[in-house]
Amino acid sequence: MSNARYPKWQAEAAEALIAPIVASEPGPVLLCLQAVQGHFGYVPSDAVAMIAQACNVSRADVHGVFTFYADLRHTAPPAVPVRLCAAEACQAMGGRELKAEWAKACGDDADLAELTGVDEPIFCLGNCALGPAALVDGELMGCADVARLKAAVTHAQAVGEGV
Amino acid sequence: MSIWFVPRDAAARSMGADAVASALEARGETVIRNGSRGMLWMEPLVERADERHGPRVGWSNVSAGQIDAGLPDEQSNNFIGAVEDVDYLAKQNRWIYERVGITDPVDPEDYEAHGGLTGLKNALSMSGGDVVQAVTDSGLRGRGGAGFPAGIKWRTVADQPPAPHAGESQNAPAHKYICVNADEGDSGTFADRMLMEGDPFCLLEGMTIAAYAVGADRGLVYLRSEYPDAIATLQTAIWIAREQGWLGDNILGSDLCFDVEIRVGAGSYVCGEETAMLESLEGRRGMVRAKPPLPAIKGLFGTPTVINNVLTIASVPSILARGAEAYAALGRNRSLGTQVFQLAGNIARGGIVETAFGISAKALIEDFGGGTRSGRPLRAVQIGGPLGAYLSPEKLDVAMDYEALIEAGGMIGHGGVVLFDDSVNMAEQARFAMDFCVEESCGKCTPCRIGAVRGVETIDKIRAGKDVEANTELLRDLCDVMTQGSLCAMGGLTPNPVLSALNTFPEDFASPVIATG
Repeated sequence: MSNARYPKWQAEAAEALIAPIVASEPGPVLLCLQAVQGHFGYVPSDAVAMIAQACNVSRADVHGVFTFYADLRHTAPPAVPVRLCAAEACQAMGGRELKAEWAKACGDDADLAELTGVDEPIFCLGNCALGPAALVDGELMGCADVARLKAAVTHAQAVGEGV
Repeated sequence: MSIWFVPRDAAARSMGADAVASALEARGETVIRNGSRGMLWMEPLVERADERHGPRVGWSNVSAGQIDAGLPDEQSNNFIGAVEDVDYLAKQNRWIYERVGITDPVDPEDYEAHGGLTGLKNALSMSGGDVVQAVTDSGLRGRGGAGFPAGIKWRTVADQPPAPHAGESQNAPAHKYICVNADEGDSGTFADRMLMEGDPFCLLEGMTIAAYAVGADRGLVYLRSEYPDAIATLQTAIWIAREQGWLGDNILGSDLCFDVEIRVGAGSYVCGEETAMLESLEGRRGMVRAKPPLPAIKGLFGTPTVINNVLTIASVPSILARGAEAYAALGRNRSLGTQVFQLAGNIARGGIVETAFGISAKALIEDFGGGTRSGRPLRAVQIGGPLGAYLSPEKLDVAMDYEALIEAGGMIGHGGVVLFDDSVNMAEQARFAMDFCVEESCGKCTPCRIGAVRGVETIDKIRAGKDVEANTELLRDLCDVMTQGSLCAMGGLTPNPVLSALNTFPEDFASPVIATG
């Protein structure tokens, strides 16, 4: 899977991201992983080795940090990620039902599924009075339903292609 | 010429505030993006004033379509009149949130015009020790949930000499840190987010006062990645504060040198636990540390560290501005001052209610919240986040303060109140509590790491009607082990929602077979 929004993996660019962090930060590993993901959209295994060497720790140490955090991913993100809040306040407003409806919508529409990726659970978006909440391509949505989600995906896709 | 106010808060944006602001601008109107008033069911809540700091009238649930059709006026059916006269706001007592919704969050002049920096200026005219004393006298306790007295924590850090980072030579530069815990992961809570988006200078001012009081030179805000708007707004505020001389060297012309940076989380609930947060800030897996040593003595990189929640730190400027005595006069018993309650879930009027401790849960839910949004009967209320107990509607006379809630078998946590109507299945909620612990446990201690997995399995067996009595007993045993044997609140408090659901709503745990048989 690739994502046109992010540049392809390039070792020199990654090194340029990592070096100043290692030089200035006392605990650089997580910051390096976040910087790589911020730039390339994910953390390729090459980056794990590179960060380990730059920080003078073992690859296992970096791998351990990488696997601990739910945000960090080893494949490119979908073009328009959709994530539905799975926590209690949204459950109280039908979050579970919305999740099932969204899964069905993606099951019925392969293009939509490809575009939005697997809905990985996210616990609380801080929009707990206007549930169910969702994050569509990084934009928060309140009182989400399938129709509004689809409209937001279409909008985000158009914006993405316009850039 | 009128000035229009359209909130830039993420909750307002999630309901279309950006499109409303654009529509107003397209009509040639002047628009200021303020914070949210916290009456979230009204968002986007649009306000209009005749002059910048004049009184405002408002319209609820405004859409871009409404603006395109014509500017809203006093005849519009969503007109709410003078915003500050709305009962929901008029009945609050705002200290931490005194500017949120009123000011442009990243306008330094607006901040000062509404009382910003008064607390810091007062603090700088006192000795550091006297500032610590004032915070102690105010009765301020940690708003993250544990409720530890802030003044005592600050005193401990103030009494420590600054230290070089662990592993560095004794001649290396010595530091003390102010770490703000903005990893607001509890479902049903959003007060940290709205403060950072609605009045970020208040948080920075509070951190600066803390730094002055304890002798710290560095500040970090550990801010969860799920809050992109808060990250952006706080970062902007930090840049502006440096330009204004509110951060950096010789703050406001004093000898104080202190700067703040943001560290973004990476999707881990347990990193809201203070020692896991320190591990994460040091770049490692967010594994809980055993205490002692206390972070106040050996915290971030082994240096003396103040760790406070956003709301704790954001309380400090108003305490220094209006006086510790006035603050301590609010609240009751050992819960003094105000708490920012957050009404969430299935609620008609959800949002922020800042008021003195001691208000009843019932008053919050009914008088402010207006009951369920669905209109169906209220079945359960979870107070204090995913680790808080589920209370039945009969138990809501409980006063909202630290001790009274513990007595009632709950906890105040971060002040979140989540309503569920009668469509909820409480066995499913109990299962979720265990499952959440499976997802988010750091894995350091066995009761939490393994116990949560077994908890899910056991609840599944009970719900399937397998050896119900024996498995219920087993579940209680397991909860006991988790409560007694876990290293931190993650495993230690997960039994709260599980057992409260089991004890208060046993009928939901009966399998369909048994229920009909």
